[in-house]
Formats: sequence, structure tokens, C-alpha cells
Amino acid sequence: MAKIVVVTSGKGGVGKTTTSAAIGAGLAKAGHRTVLVDFDVGLRNLDLIMGCERRVVYDFINVIHEEASLNQALIRDKRVDNLFILAASQTRDKDALTEEGVERVLTELSKDFDYIICDSPAGIERGALLAMYYADEAIIVTNPEVSSVRDSDRVLGILASKTRRAANGDPPVREQLLLTRYSPQRVQKGEMLSVEDVKEILAIDLLGVIPESQAVLNASNAGVPVILEEDSDAGQAYQDSVARFLGEDRPHRFLQLEKKGLFGRLFGG
Amino acid sequence: MAGAQAVKPVLELKGRMMTLTVLRLLDPSVEVLARELDRRVQEAPDFFRFLPVILDVEAVADSDLYLDLAGLSGLLQARQFVPVGIRGGGEDWREAAAAAGLAVFPADRDSAGGESRRRQTGDESGPKAVATEAGMIVTQPVRSGQQIYARGGDLVVMSAVSPGAEVLADGHIHIYGSLGGRALAGVRGDTGARIFCRSFRAELVSINGTYSVSEQFEDALRGKAVQIALDGDSLDIRAL
Repeated sequence: MAKIVVVTSGKGGVGKTTTSAAIGAGLAKAGHRTVLVDFDVGLRNLDLIMGCERRVVYDFINVIHEEASLNQALIRDKRVDNLFILAASQTRDKDALTEEGVERVLTELSKDFDYIICDSPAGIERGALLAMYYADEAIIVTNPEVSSVRDSDRVLGILASKTRRAANGDPPVREQLLLTRYSPQRVQKGEMLSVEDVKEILAIDLLGVIPESQAVLNASNAGVPVILEEDSDAGQAYQDSVARFLGEDRPHRFLQLEKKGLFGRLFGG
Repeated sequence: MAGAQAVKPVLELKGRMMTLTVLRLLDPSVEVLARELDRRVQEAPDFFRFLPVILDVEAVADSDLYLDLAGLSGLLQARQFVPVGIRGGGEDWREAAAAAGLAVFPADRDSAGGESRRRQTGDESGPKAVATEAGMIVTQPVRSGQQIYARGGDLVVMSAVSPGAEVLADGHIHIYGSLGGRALAGVRGDTGARIFCRSFRAELVSINGTYSVSEQFEDALRGKAVQIALDGDSLDIRAL
């Protein structure tokens, strides 16, 4: 049986899709059969980030409405073995997602995959609720600023009460925090919340801290999951996060301000 | 064998003391009452869900509201109250109550209505909570958007109450994490109720309806362990 992992945040633009792509690619590289499912119906982005937008024929909604089979809709990633993408529909809206349909597709995927990564839309409406309903694990993507943290807190409350596990009285969804767009420099200046601040408010385990990085934007534009950019700081931070997700104990990096070189001394504060 | 047919009782009648909420009707107009009910329910939907109530009609006994008693009862049910009976009123009211399927309770003896302390569980959408004889204990964090209500007793939160979350109790509220949201103690009239917290960052605190918002708090108390009590008609917030 596959583990169903929802990548969620409440707030938009914090890096859910980037994270889904990176974690999914990382798990697949570690040898686990992984499928990425885009729940953001109407605003599909995951295929862009994964660089497969030109290969989408059938999507998640087609499968839900039994207009196509899963095999027809699943897109195999060309770079990483064991990695598949189920794209969202651009022409429909979230009402096209039905509870039974989602459950049926996830059950079917569970037979073939080790991990199902559900890329949640922003907000706490239907699409987001359905993305998290069947989850076994949740990765809460949060930026180090107050509104993002508050939205994440709200989502954690929903995860604790409105998921299948909560409804069945099963052990709760395992929740882990991924802090993205972290800039130690801005934390030092007091413009951003620190890792400790966010951990204290949300009170969940820290999966990783992804530094603010040009590499993320470059990778998105190129349609490459940033975790495959192995020399970049963000790519390495995602690799560490995947290793931790799989149970490895790794120290957190990129939390401290880097020592300034000559350039930094000349132009830095 | 005749002895094998020992009679197993299928019914028992027992006298029990229960605490019930009394809804005092102070206006004879169904429309006004409905509007006010809607407002209250909107403020705290979980507070009222399936709450058994007795309608105290003493204040409107002379009006002809009794003609609408059945309608009023339906209106309450539609808002998820459970009307069980009326208290007060004359013969007209008793007849109307019988027709509406409501019980008639004797008029109030002690109008102070000594706060009794029956315990019940709160909101089902909130974190898991254990209701004990001593009150309600919540071990999970109370997150933004969640509401916990300890009906009839004290509320103990072992973890934090996040900004955007709301905790209510008929008795005291103890919070062993930080209080970042709203805390309302003594919500059904207990003026002696207090709020205690380990780290005070609340958005709003209230005791028996007397409230204060974060803008009014002293900066020196922010993040401190405090207790909050009612002092006359204002709140006394002081460091522990």
C-alpha cells in the first residue's frame, strides 16, 4: 500500500508545487515508485514545474470521470525512473473533484506506487480539503512570515479534524514542517521569523529548511525539479529533507548567515 | 421451569438533578427573538449545538406570544437547540406548551440560579479533549480557526492556543502553553472565573462578557505568565 502524502500550506505562493516536485523526484531517485498528483484543478502548475506540460493528454479529472484510464493519464518522467505525474485539468474547476472519484483514483494508484504526493491548491476549500482528506502524512510548507504561519496553523487544525484518519479514529496524520524561502540575513535583521519562532508557534517536527535561492526560480523556469540541481543550496536542502523524510538523521544546513567574502564586506551592512 | 422466567426490568424511572440552560424571553416579538438568536448562534455555533433549553416566559407572560409557542419551538429546533419545556406563564401558556409538546416547569425559586457545575464535552471539530469530573483537558494544540468550549466547568489546555483560535469555559481557563488567541471564561455568568496562562499574547480575553483586546494590554505583560480576573466591571490582568 502506498503512503499518501499531502503537500499543503493554506497560503498560496509559498512553494507547495516546487516542494511536491522536489520531494517526489527525491523519493523516486531513492528508488521508491512515486506519483505526483496535481489537485490544483483549474490552475495547473505541476506539469510546468516538472517540464512535462507538452505531454499532457488526459488529466486527473478525465480519470475521475472515467473518460480515460489511469495508464493513459499518467505521464512518466524522462529524467527520473519510478516517477510519474498526474496532471490537473486546466479547463475545469474544483467542483469537478468528487470525493468518491478521488478515493477511487488514490486507491488504484496505491496498488502500483510506494508514495502518492498530493499537491494541494492554496486555501481551505474543496480542492485543498480533498487533497488532504486521504493523507497519511502531511508536509506543511510555510514561509517565515506571520500570515503564512497563521494559515499553516489553520491547516494543521483541519488535518487533525477533517481527514479520513480523524473520521475513522485512526492514528493522526503525521505532520512535518518545511520552511521555505528562508533567508538568514533577513532573520538577523528582524524582517523574518526565525526557525525557532515558527517551530514554537506550529509545534510540529521540522522536516527541513529551504533557503531563499535563485536556483528555485531558475529550475521552475526550466521545468526541472530543483532537487535535481545538485550543486544548488536549495537542491541540497531538499535532498536533506527527503533523507529525513525517509528516516535518516541529518543536521539542518543553511540556517546561519554565510561568512562574507570581500564582496560582502564591501557592500554588506 | 417457572423460575427461569425471572423478569428482567426494561424500564427504570429515576429522579435525577440535571443542569439545564434557561433561555429567558424578554421580548414578545418572534421576529426580534429570531434575529437575536441568529446573532448569538453565529457568534458561537458550537456553544448552542443540541443545547437543551427551558424557555423562561415570566417576562413576557402577559403578552400573546404563547399563541406562537409552537412556532418559537420550531425556530429553536431549526437553530439546533433542543427546547424541553417552559417555565412561568399562566393557563394560556400551559395549554400552548402542552399543544407544542413542551413540558411545564414550576416558576423560578432562586432567581440567582446558583451556577452548578455539570461537565460536558465541547466542540467536535477541535482537538481531542477529555472531559473528566474536574473539567475538560485538551492535550493537542488549539489551532487557528478552532473553538473549544468546556460547558459547565473548567478548561485546561496543556499546549498552546494559537492566534485565531478561541477557547471558552463556564469556569476557569488554564493554558500551559502560550495564549495567542481568544480566551473567554465564565461565559455563562460566573464572575469568579479566571484565566491563567504561561505566556500571554492573547488577542482578546473575557470574563463573563467583560472583555479586553490586545491593544489595551500592558506591553510589560506580553509573553509573561499572567492571571486574569474580573474586578468590578473591568479586567484585572497581572503577572503571576
